[in-house]
Amino acid sequence: MYKYASPKNFYALAGQLVPWLGIITLLLFVIGLYLGLYVAPPDYQQGDSYRIMFIHVPAAWMSMFVYVMMAGAGLVGLVWNIKLADMLATASAPIGASLTLMALVTGSLWGKPTWGTYWVWDARLTSELLLFFLYLGFIALQAAIDDPRRSARAGAVLALVGVVDIPIIHFSVVWWNTLHQPASIGSLNRLISPSIYPTMLHPLLVMSIAFFLFYFTVVLIRMRGEILARERHTGWVMQIVRSSTEAMEAGR
Amino acid sequence: MTWRTFFAMGGYAFYVWGAYGFATAVLVWNVVSALRKRRTVLKMLRELALAEQAPKDSETQHYASE
Repeated sequence: MYKYASPKNFYALAGQLVPWLGIITLLLFVIGLYLGLYVAPPDYQQGDSYRIMFIHVPAAWMSMFVYVMMAGAGLVGLVWNIKLADMLATASAPIGASLTLMALVTGSLWGKPTWGTYWVWDARLTSELLLFFLYLGFIALQAAIDDPRRSARAGAVLALVGVVDIPIIHFSVVWWNTLHQPASIGSLNRLISPSIYPTMLHPLLVMSIAFFLFYFTVVLIRMRGEILARERHTGWVMQIVRSSTEAMEAGR
Repeated sequence: MTWRTFFAMGGYAFYVWGAYGFATAVLVWNVVSALRKRRTVLKMLRELALAEQAPKDSETQHYASE
């Protein structure tokens, strides 16, 4: 296990994992879309508009999960000075930001037919918007600092300060009287006897796993890029660069 | 169910397809930008390696002419 903690071995392992993860993710998306858009019946209250849930809820879950991964990896990098952890944090940020934006936009498009408005400044929506700005702040801060170690440290501190937003997002629908509805599947107990029909629950679960694996696939691709950039002075990266130059010249 | 009723989404076509369309765009952007990032780094390192090689070559030529 420990041998994969070296950037060189991780680069190779990630390169082998990515195609398989990608295929499984794609299959799950196809199954999830089929179940969610075709098999699942219309909702008795919301009609077909509730189908937005199958992307909105996984995107919102992942927006928080990726942030926790980013802050956690930042902490590990900060305390133990592990380069791969820093790279995981950096690689997670754009994915998390884009999934947060997806949660906000799909939520807005669901809000209009359901609540009659695209946006309200209620606690859930506002704290999720703050999460989006936390991601953007992290990306901007890291981009502004050239030295990779200082950049990683500054990003980690920002991510750790911002992590207080995660419980606020999660509990906002409980603590405040929000327009946003409380969670339909909040605990394991609710998962076993949920308040939604199985035909609606299954596509949600499949799409959630698809989003989860999607994050891992993309973050591994991004980390491979980060590894090449940060390890460029090592012999093994120079070897990769040389063979890619040769491959290009052979192709010419 | 016909294709027409499928695409109509019970009158919510704009919201449902708008949301799914935006989500698809975000997912595609993620994959494309991640793949491009690695390719850009490789390209930069190739050019860097060539640039480091070039002055050495001219240096040896310089000494040879002396």
